[in-house]
Amino acid sequence: MNISYIILIPVIPLVVFLLLGIFNRKIKPSVSGYVGVFGLLVSAVLSFYAAFEYFFVLGKVDGVFQTLSEKIVWMNFTDSLHIDMGILVDPISVMMLVVVSTVSLMVHIYSRGYMHGDEGYTKFFAFLSLFTFSMYGLVLATNLFQIYIFWELVGVSSYLLIGYYYTKTSAIAAAKKAFIVTRFADFGFLIGILIIGYYTGTFDFETLNNPEGSAILNWASYSFMGLSALTWALILIFIGGAGKSAMFPLHIWLPDAMEGPTPVSALIHAATMVVAGVFLVARLFPMYYFVDDGFVLQIVAYVGAFSALFAAIIAITQTDIKRVLAFSTMSQLGYMMLGLGVSGFEGHSGVGYMASMFHLFTHAMFKALLFLGAGSVIHAVHSNFLKDMGGLRKYMPITNITFLIAALAIAGVPPLAGFWSKDEILVAAYEHNRLIYYIGVFVAGLTAFYMFRIYFGIFWGKDRLYHHKPKESPLSMTFPLLVLAFLSITVGFIPFSEFVTPDKMGFTAHLNYPLAAIASAVGLIGIATAWVFYKKENQLGDIWANRFGMLYKWTSNKFYFDEIYMFIAKKIFFKRVSEPFAKFDRKYVDGTMVGIGNTTVATSRKIKGLQSGRVQDYAFAFIGGAVIIGLIFIYLWT
Amino acid sequence: MIEGISIYDILTLTTILFFIGVYGFLTRKNLISILISVEMILNASVVNFVVINKYLYPDILQGTLFSIFIIAVAAAETALAVAIIINLYRQISSVEVKDTEVMKF
Repeated sequence: MNISYIILIPVIPLVVFLLLGIFNRKIKPSVSGYVGVFGLLVSAVLSFYAAFEYFFVLGKVDGVFQTLSEKIVWMNFTDSLHIDMGILVDPISVMMLVVVSTVSLMVHIYSRGYMHGDEGYTKFFAFLSLFTFSMYGLVLATNLFQIYIFWELVGVSSYLLIGYYYTKTSAIAAAKKAFIVTRFADFGFLIGILIIGYYTGTFDFETLNNPEGSAILNWASYSFMGLSALTWALILIFIGGAGKSAMFPLHIWLPDAMEGPTPVSALIHAATMVVAGVFLVARLFPMYYFVDDGFVLQIVAYVGAFSALFAAIIAITQTDIKRVLAFSTMSQLGYMMLGLGVSGFEGHSGVGYMASMFHLFTHAMFKALLFLGAGSVIHAVHSNFLKDMGGLRKYMPITNITFLIAALAIAGVPPLAGFWSKDEILVAAYEHNRLIYYIGVFVAGLTAFYMFRIYFGIFWGKDRLYHHKPKESPLSMTFPLLVLAFLSITVGFIPFSEFVTPDKMGFTAHLNYPLAAIASAVGLIGIATAWVFYKKENQLGDIWANRFGMLYKWTSNKFYFDEIYMFIAKKIFFKRVSEPFAKFDRKYVDGTMVGIGNTTVATSRKIKGLQSGRVQDYAFAFIGGAVIIGLIFIYLWT
Repeated sequence: MIEGISIYDILTLTTILFFIGVYGFLTRKNLISILISVEMILNASVVNFVVINKYLYPDILQGTLFSIFIIAVAAAETALAVAIIINLYRQISSVEVKDTEVMKF
């Protein structure tokens, strides 16, 4: 299979970015929107073609999906250790290409309506293209170092887009927070990469992931503090992934990142960038599975399960609809991590991995839809808060229907997309670890509850005092909603297990009826509870909130994690560590340098008189010196 | 070789000439005088070359040859120096050394 055309998929958004970035002021907004959309459209068509060709025509040889790559050596350290640049094509990267291009294309189209009339319209599209380029580069990376480069690039573009409204103080703070927290996690990732490079002598995914390769077979040869070196490396890499995917306790940046424009939240903080952490674990899955007999995967599973539960609980109490969606994203990412964590490798036991990727795929569709729907609502009522919304179903029928579809999909109601993928994750968890299974089921119920809480809150209930009558968004915004709604209904029927499995062979998955029934029943109970609480305006919500008292207060303040981190950072770290260092730096390090400078100035001021500018003074000094040296040579030379 | 005059007499003469030049160079206030002093220093060395060549190595000609070089160089140098002094005079209407101090800024 000739894969060289796939390089065009990331290059086209890069070209669009450069074009829009360089001619920022010269391009009319009406043109730049079309340029951005058109570039993405070409990329998307190529992605779909690549996916079709890979999955159905040429990718499978002897029942195994091939891993194809094309690369050039970029930096050569030793014969085996070199950093390549190139593209790697295997089931998950092709799947990610489809996800990224679909969501990105929809978001581009949507942004033409949403950002209409904005001052930085062209800049916005340039940043979106930069992000899309980085994300494509990330999923196609052939080695750890290349993925790290693009990993940071998506971080930068996320920073730029969160801080897009750069005149708003909160947006700037959120952008910095997102960048610093993920950067902090990436430090772990970098150390992990270096450890892997040092002990295995390669960064290349194909070599590292080969189950018969030396990297996996010799994992136990070096140990450090009770665990093998590679186990540590994988834990550190997982920390990097957890930072990007907003896993507990590095989740604090994601809710704040909602300060960015809503299409950005849909693209970056729901569908693509935040799944990079999941993708990273999936990319190194053979290593995670074989090294130390899956020890790290257990950590992954528990962190994922805890994050899913934690975020779902917080999501119930939030009043900003975008924050609810942000915590919902974190919860679903926890689901994906959990799925990876409980997965096996061979044949049918790889169902967790498959389900995780499946959930990534379906989640991208319906969560992007939820965010875009929320954006449409925010566009109409000019507020993020639930208290300013109500009764919107009369004014915004399309948004209402599509949001309902997405909410049903995420709640796991059959036969929508979320049902299938969530069910597979729960099957994997059930077979592997009962505790995680129960958490998963409970979270499924919570998900349905909080999702319908905001659904009823937005579209049902009484009208609020609107400044002007809310009206349905323009076609450029409703069209992506309709497309994504269609996808949210249908993508669940893709026989994912035939395409994406850890051993790349594919298997036929069967619906586990009892488990599926339990999961959907729990989802329906969640929806029913939300119906009772929030369908009509009543006091039930407040009564229950009071009944929980302290717990409610804690939850609505996100368990005070921001405050705890603030306390640790400001009161302990800044005050006890940074401040003395700063003082030392200012007093002694700077002091020394300033002292040297001042001494030089003072001395030169003193000896300045020597340079009179009179030639004869110099000549006198010269001749006098010559005479003295002459005398020394004559009389003291022995 | 000049009869009745030893090399010491001539070398004493050139030394005196040299130091007159140095003295003039250091004390004169006028640029033209300084230039003349420099010429005296050069002439002292020219005479030295010729004398040492003639008295110590009468068979070879290097010293004499060098003295011709020095005269040529001195002529070029004088031309240059006079040109500079004329230009300076145009700028500051003076050829006094103390007035050229402004150039250090």
